[in-house]
Amino acid sequence: MEKTLNWREFIITRAIKASGYSAIVFVALIFFFLLREGLPALVEVPLSTLFSVRWYPIESYFGILPLITGSIIVTIGAALIAVPFGIGTAVFISEIAPRWLREIIKPLVELLGGLPSVVLGFLGILVLSPFLRRFLDLPTGLTAFTGSLLLGGIAVPTVVSIAEDALDAVPRSYREGAWALGATRWQTIWRVTLPAARSGVLTGIMLGIGRAIGETMAVMMVTGNAPVLALTPGSLFSPARTMTATIAAEMGEVANASVHYHVLFFIGMVLFIISLIVNIAASSVVFRSKKRAERVLS
Amino acid sequence: MKRPLLIGLLAVLAIISISCSSTASAQTSPDSASYIENKGSDTIVNLALAWAEKYQSDHANVRISVTGGGSGTGIAALLNGTVDIANASRQIKGEEVEEAKSKGINPVEHIIARDAIAVIVNPENPVSQLTLKQISDIYSGKITNWSEVGGEDRPVVKLSRETNSGTHVYFLETVLRLGSKEDKTLFSMDTLLLPSSEGIIAEVRQNPNAIGYDGLGYVPKDLKMIAIAEKDGGAYVLPSIETVNDLTYPIARDLYMYTNGEPAGIVKEYLDWILSPEAQEIVAELGFVPIK
Repeated sequence: MEKTLNWREFIITRAIKASGYSAIVFVALIFFFLLREGLPALVEVPLSTLFSVRWYPIESYFGILPLITGSIIVTIGAALIAVPFGIGTAVFISEIAPRWLREIIKPLVELLGGLPSVVLGFLGILVLSPFLRRFLDLPTGLTAFTGSLLLGGIAVPTVVSIAEDALDAVPRSYREGAWALGATRWQTIWRVTLPAARSGVLTGIMLGIGRAIGETMAVMMVTGNAPVLALTPGSLFSPARTMTATIAAEMGEVANASVHYHVLFFIGMVLFIISLIVNIAASSVVFRSKKRAERVLS
Repeated sequence: MKRPLLIGLLAVLAIISISCSSTASAQTSPDSASYIENKGSDTIVNLALAWAEKYQSDHANVRISVTGGGSGTGIAALLNGTVDIANASRQIKGEEVEEAKSKGINPVEHIIARDAIAVIVNPENPVSQLTLKQISDIYSGKITNWSEVGGEDRPVVKLSRETNSGTHVYFLETVLRLGSKEDKTLFSMDTLLLPSSEGIIAEVRQNPNAIGYDGLGYVPKDLKMIAIAEKDGGAYVLPSIETVNDLTYPIARDLYMYTNGEPAGIVKEYLDWILSPEAQEIVAELGFVPIK
């Protein structure tokens, strides 16, 4: 009896361990694959071409700078929308809304998170982009900003869901302590609850931005995909081409192991590295805040 | 041109070929003459598949295999004797004819359909005619305001298909570079590259600044087609089945099938059927221009 229990214990712990390690193995394998397929681009394409401003692959113009700036500007725009909206909604749900309203809003926000991005893309093409063109008097409604709005909408549920959980986990005694000191509701939220939930809120923002930078379909449908270098904030209101949309649009037709193929993998590598940097930056902030909290508690 | 359609057709074709093979083996084994190998241009592949599908459903003893790969691939396969019919969206080149002769192959050309590209604008846009040169200047970024070509004072928003589309390459060669091989004109960088015909049509429909292009058969009635003159001072011609077939509309090309020698037997029957009104109806359905 005891022996079978031990065996079962052994197998289950090993299985859990294996699934834990498999995540590391998969990331390592994917990165290795990206390196293998992407690095030849550095040999085949002169660096001056690769980091130029013209992307027209069928005539061997492989400048990836417009694609990088396109992704960055669309993502920054999305973050500017998703972060205030997401945290605001999370605070409202967790701190202000009465219980019955919270029971309605939270599932609705999570439902929004489950909407396929293609559906949002359709809305973007048929409703949002004509509206923005007329409302902002732009030459075309297919702009980086349109993509940012959609991506913001896609990232908000992620931010809300995680930030709300974190706020919810802050012990009630923290708030009661603040109120006892005479703090208003807003002061309690801003000075006590949010800082206490900081690491969870930051994780939510990070995952939301991660979702935005990797999103492809909706962006491809509404940003116009013109590979123009985006350097000024005004570029937000003109068309842009993101790295993800480029890979998605061109990978299907590219000849295997051609220069173009390697450059597309190189773009995938750059994308991987950018999201790695976002992750490391965010988690270093999270860890630092934890240390400080520990200091305070000790 | 249209991926979902292509995949759908392939699936249908696979089902048909499976059902055909099962019925054929139940009756008599098909002799080698009832098998047609058809390969070439990606522009034509959807059309060739639709034809093959229809023809096989009416002639249970004939099996037609259709593959894409590009015009050059198809012609090379014909020269190697591995296909019965090669599809091409361009005429056979001089060096290909010479290579064929050295291999004892005599490529015979059949025009099977035509492909025309319409330039479209929003119905609110007063501009209704342009020369090829003006369209080239618009897309290469030399003209950026509609007032420069007789329209209102509005910025021009240029729409194009993605670079991997055959239509994009054809438009680049025929319109932007005006058919000249030495011309290295490129699309202006701020040209919007949209992944589908539907994207272009949706944007042109709601944006009076936009100019786009698409296969003639795909243009819906509520958009305005531009009449085009090949040369300055030439006559402006609207695209239609008639103007494409009498060769007055400048952005149009013939689509070809090549056979080794004059076709005979089953291949001849198939090619004759392709020129029949029944088969040419399919041409129109897929957005190309029927030849009759």
